[in-house]
Amino acid sequence: MQKKVFTIGLFACIVALVALAQFHLLDDYYLSVIMFMGVNVILAASLNLVNGYMGEFSCGHGGFMCVGAYVSSLCTVLMFSKNQMLGAPLLPPQLAFIGLPIALFIGSMAAAVAGLVVAIPSFKTRGDYLAIITLAANYIVISAINNMEFVGGPRGFMGMSATVRDMENMIDLPWMLIFVLLGMVFTIWILRRFVSSTLGKGVPAICQDEIAAEIMSVDTNHMKLIAFMLSSGLAGLAGGLYAHVLGYVNPQSFDIMRSTEVMVMVYLGGMGSLSGAAIAAVSYTVLMEALRFLDVWKWVVIPLLLILLMQFRPEGLMGNRELSDFFPKLRKYYSFK
Amino acid sequence: MSLLEINGLTRRFGGLIAVNDFNIELGEHEVVALIGPNGAGKTTVFNLISGFYQPSEGSIRFKGKDTRGLRPHQVTALGVARTFQGIRLWSEMDVLDNIRIAQHYRLGYSLLDCFLRTKNYMTREKEIDRIAWELLEAMDLKEFAHELPRNLPYGVQRRVEIARAMSVQPALLLLDEPAAGLNSADVEELIKLVRWIHERFNVTIWMIEHQMTVVMSLCSRIKVVDFGTTIADGTPEEIQSNPTVIKAYLGDDTI
Ligand SMILES: Nc1ncnc2c1ncn2[C@@H]1O[C@H](COP(=O)(O)OP(=O)(O)OP(=O)(O)O)[C@@H](O)[C@H]1O
Ligand SMILES: [Mg+2]
Repeated sequence: MQKKVFTIGLFACIVALVALAQFHLLDDYYLSVIMFMGVNVILAASLNLVNGYMGEFSCGHGGFMCVGAYVSSLCTVLMFSKNQMLGAPLLPPQLAFIGLPIALFIGSMAAAVAGLVVAIPSFKTRGDYLAIITLAANYIVISAINNMEFVGGPRGFMGMSATVRDMENMIDLPWMLIFVLLGMVFTIWILRRFVSSTLGKGVPAICQDEIAAEIMSVDTNHMKLIAFMLSSGLAGLAGGLYAHVLGYVNPQSFDIMRSTEVMVMVYLGGMGSLSGAAIAAVSYTVLMEALRFLDVWKWVVIPLLLILLMQFRPEGLMGNRELSDFFPKLRKYYSFK
Repeated sequence: MSLLEINGLTRRFGGLIAVNDFNIELGEHEVVALIGPNGAGKTTVFNLISGFYQPSEGSIRFKGKDTRGLRPHQVTALGVARTFQGIRLWSEMDVLDNIRIAQHYRLGYSLLDCFLRTKNYMTREKEIDRIAWELLEAMDLKEFAHELPRNLPYGVQRRVEIARAMSVQPALLLLDEPAAGLNSADVEELIKLVRWIHERFNVTIWMIEHQMTVVMSLCSRIKVVDFGTTIADGTPEEIQSNPTVIKAYLGDDTI
């Protein structure tokens, strides 16, 4: 029973946030910061599976986010909005409630499949070389989209807000906030279940000694496939949510800069710590907003922070520990591992 | 039928012949040793059996099945477990996890089961847990279950590594220099442990070992290799008095 306290508390927080938004007690600025926080939590937690738990160095997370963003946007635009290139909406607006989750799902699946571009080379390649492959994957995605006229190429793609508007017209609730928060909970939930199972522990086994893992009967290729596809699939979910929050996407917003940002969150939080990734993503988003007055200088301060972090606390804020390792009392309310 | 059957096994690394025309047949419940000077090719034989290297020539049959072309985890799944010359535990995971993960090939649930925590997942995880705890209990490692391997004394780490291999529930256990780096008290312990494992789990054991006390007190048969080639094969008594073996170990000049 006590173990449920955490879960109940979490959902209470979600309901409270939604209520605050609903009664306009949160202005639009705070609302959007909270939604970006949620997206960042998904990104950081999913990248942590590869960079933290598996000990690889993926620096192309933005690419998978991009795939998810574009594919799910394409789906909702096809279904619910009028587009010069793609024609009239295929479905009546009442179906937006089912349409959006389906579009997000398809976007995630597409991103997971895109993850194969990195997963398959990872069977033979490790370390620096694989890092270069992930970088290349990021570039491939961006360049491909830049060259696709039917999604606007470098000018970007829009029309996703029609779906959100459809939902709000039916039932007046802050739908995107709800979807982002649920997506975040779903991500943490699925990752935690995976890494705490004996199956999922094959991933850190690969990180700590790949040869021993393979010889002790861990199918390392299979595990890599799962880790990369799960990670990129969840990045795709983040991308889909991001696209529908903004209502507009362009390829540049998923370039290497974005991937770096996610990496900073992972290293800030600690490799192989889910609660670390979540805390880091939230603090990072807040920090970015707080430093907004610095304008472009922000990009001097944040890398500097990274340098200091690597100098003095290379394992990140939490290392590979979870919240419950610092506050054992929490274990009563929730099993973090 | 013999458990392991190796015929004409040869492995070259470029110009170097690490293993040359190696033959052996291991029956059920045997304890056999593989000895030889440094660089003789002993570990390479084990690496070939576990699928880590592929043979240049020759065949390896385990339980009558040709293991060529199998990946290491597939060979292990057939029932071959091993330890390493240098300890290779997963040092950032506790002892219990180390033991559990070695059961990967018979998890018996899918990724979806894992996400949904189905009944199948729950029963299987419980079973994996039970086997791990039983093994820890039996091998006197229970008190270390939640310790990280790197915080344990060397002798205990060796024991954990053997326990991890036994977690595979193998029919053949390959031990690569299990006594290396142990003090004499630990060596005594190890001899007892291996003997006990052999009795209790009815497993065939094949070990590479430099310490003759270990080999002599455990093995009924010894195979000696030098420069990749088998130079002697027989009971401990025969090997001890074999002039070729003495020559290989001590070098030409001393005789
Ligand atoms: N991957 C490899 N590439 C090239 N040469 C190798 C490789 N693995 C082993 N060798 C060589 O094969 C020979 C046999 O090595 P092996 O490790 O099997 O010896 P060993 O009998 O186990 O020796 P030790 O008692 O020192 O452990 C050595 O000369 C070694 O250098
Ligand atoms: Mg060796």
